[in-house]
Amino acid sequence: MTTRIDTRFAALKAEGRPALVTYVMAGDPDLATGQAILEALPQAGADIIELGMPFSDPMADGVAIQLAGQRSLAAGQTLRGVLGMVEDFRRKDETTPIVLMGYYNPVYSFGVEAFVTAAKAAGADGLIIVDLPPEEDDELCLPAMAAGLNFIRLTTPTTDDKRLPAVLKNSSGFVYYVSMTGVTGAVIKSRGAVGDAVDRIKSHTDLPVAVGFGIKTAEDAAEIGKHADGIVVGSVLVDAVARSLVDGKATDQTVDAVRTLVAEIFSGVKRARG
Amino acid sequence: MDTTGINSLRNGPDDDGRFGIFGGRFVAETLMPLILDLEAHYRAAQVDPAFKAELNDLSVHYAGRPSPLYFAERLTKHLGGAKVWFKREELNHTGSHKINNCLGQILLAKRMGKTRVIAETGAGQHGVATATVCAKFELPCTIFMGATDVERQMPNVLRMKMLGAEVRPVTAGAGTLKDAMNEALRDWVTNVDSTYYLIGTAAGPHPYPEMVRDFQSVIGTEIKDEFARTQGKLPDAVVACVGGGSNAIGTFHAFLDDPDVKLYGAEAGGHGIDVENGHAASMTGGRPGVLHGNRTYLLQDKDGQILEGHSISAGLDYPGVGPEHAFLHDSKRVTYAPITDTEALEAFQLCTRLEGIIPALESAHGLAQLMKVAPSMDKDQSIVLCLSGRGDKDVESVGKYLGLL
Ligand SMILES: Cc1ncc(COP(=O)(O)O)c(C=O)c1O
Repeated sequence: MTTRIDTRFAALKAEGRPALVTYVMAGDPDLATGQAILEALPQAGADIIELGMPFSDPMADGVAIQLAGQRSLAAGQTLRGVLGMVEDFRRKDETTPIVLMGYYNPVYSFGVEAFVTAAKAAGADGLIIVDLPPEEDDELCLPAMAAGLNFIRLTTPTTDDKRLPAVLKNSSGFVYYVSMTGVTGAVIKSRGAVGDAVDRIKSHTDLPVAVGFGIKTAEDAAEIGKHADGIVVGSVLVDAVARSLVDGKATDQTVDAVRTLVAEIFSGVKRARG
Repeated sequence: MDTTGINSLRNGPDDDGRFGIFGGRFVAETLMPLILDLEAHYRAAQVDPAFKAELNDLSVHYAGRPSPLYFAERLTKHLGGAKVWFKREELNHTGSHKINNCLGQILLAKRMGKTRVIAETGAGQHGVATATVCAKFELPCTIFMGATDVERQMPNVLRMKMLGAEVRPVTAGAGTLKDAMNEALRDWVTNVDSTYYLIGTAAGPHPYPEMVRDFQSVIGTEIKDEFARTQGKLPDAVVACVGGGSNAIGTFHAFLDDPDVKLYGAEAGGHGIDVENGHAASMTGGRPGVLHGNRTYLLQDKDGQILEGHSISAGLDYPGVGPEHAFLHDSKRVTYAPITDTEALEAFQLCTRLEGIIPALESAHGLAQLMKVAPSMDKDQSIVLCLSGRGDKDVESVGKYLGLL
């Protein structure tokens, strides 16, 4: 089965540039502005969208995404609300892939079968669930695949060659390489090491490899994009949302702040391969 | 044919770290290779006589084991039912059962060649026990503690600092144990290579619930042996308080296959079970979910967002519980019941006045449960409480509640 994600990566490969994958928190800073941000992303240069499903206890996230999740929950976001955002987005955009990213408990609480069915129907294309390693594939990975959703796995600097095949086994769509041992929003120590790791993963799989965590600037994107099939930006985007707020409320700068930053990083993606 | 063990409740977890549907390894990929490595080292240690010998030596000469089993005569008279016994874990070095687990895990950390230790703490007892073994074994340590708990357990914060630990207050959420655990996990993900995460309760990803239980099981084993030796029988009932559940599972485990021994776990009932977000009784008031590496009973809203909960006792103020308790709750082998803040305070005062023992507020929850059960038991029956910790850390907080300050 070919998904929107497969189609998009194939097209970009032909174009000869990496994909720009943008992460935003669904419903941050409020539900309406969150929807406007989501819909502004493709125009600004996003090739693939990761849409954060907020969770009260985001153990793998740094402060920026923690706060974004809190804003979204305070605005009344729910998992059903996130799926509603995808549905609304799909009415206007049939091609940009959306990957839902978050933690397992809200999905488990929703009901796994009900969730994968609803997510597919809403127009989502893939899932990234941080706290579901391959050891727990029966929980959600296999049901998601059966429903026609890609299950995108994180690989990390601690995933060695021995373990990599197990991690890649039920992966589809693309492989997400976490550039460092750390939480989202931290700083990459060595870009060279990231390039080596991407090559190492590519020797194990034909799936595209996107690199995330710690990519903050157009220059980062251009540099990492030399090796990677995609680069993921998240914390800087939600930070841009945060900085645009006045007394915690969206302003007429909020959507523009994200749009401008995505466009800026997109310029780095475009020049990645010279 | 030897059939022992086939239907045993003591066989868990399975190879995937499950106790029935509970437990598991719900962690980020970064941590997964590490917890597999931890498990391998633990398996090797389990069959290594040198490991056992060293742990045993430390338990005796450093921690002061075995802890006494004490007949609480005045309390027995006062309650007018079963004979009441205290398993005196509060007399251990550092003042609680937490040292049992810390000694085991610090030896593992050493075997794994780790150079730094982190831990979460609620009441500060686990933080103190961790800081203690880190001082002894020359490892730097960082303790994550919710800001609310830093305030209500100040004596333990000072102890940790004097022992050389760095204490990092966590202001996220309600500033309690859950938030401390989130922050510890974030640190661990960042420093996987060097750092050993010394989890303080029988929860978290496999193999922690099993490992912590094993290190704490000495409590129940000693109770059983001492009872057999001095009374020539089993106790009729055993009681412990349940935060994450380490003292309780350590107390219960030896008795799980003795159906005549009734087992009671006291959860934190806070302001009362009917008060929304006003208690920390995850089994009585929650439903299964996934948090901090395991599936277990959790306090959560209808969308699966975790609630903060409340307890007067920092050590019980956690919206989850160890997975083996979740399993024992479903299988009905253990009766878990909520104890309110008020009931715990009453038990705290009664124990202090009648027995001259100031219990930890956590342990006072167990005592309050015992006080509900003992009066209706026969006079020739026996009920044992795991007195998990001493209340020195709580005198200021309790003094405030009682208007003494
Ligand atoms: C004295 C004492 N008892 C009990 C607990 C609760 O923990 P657990 O349920 O793991 O025994 C604590 C935790 O801080 C404690 O300090």
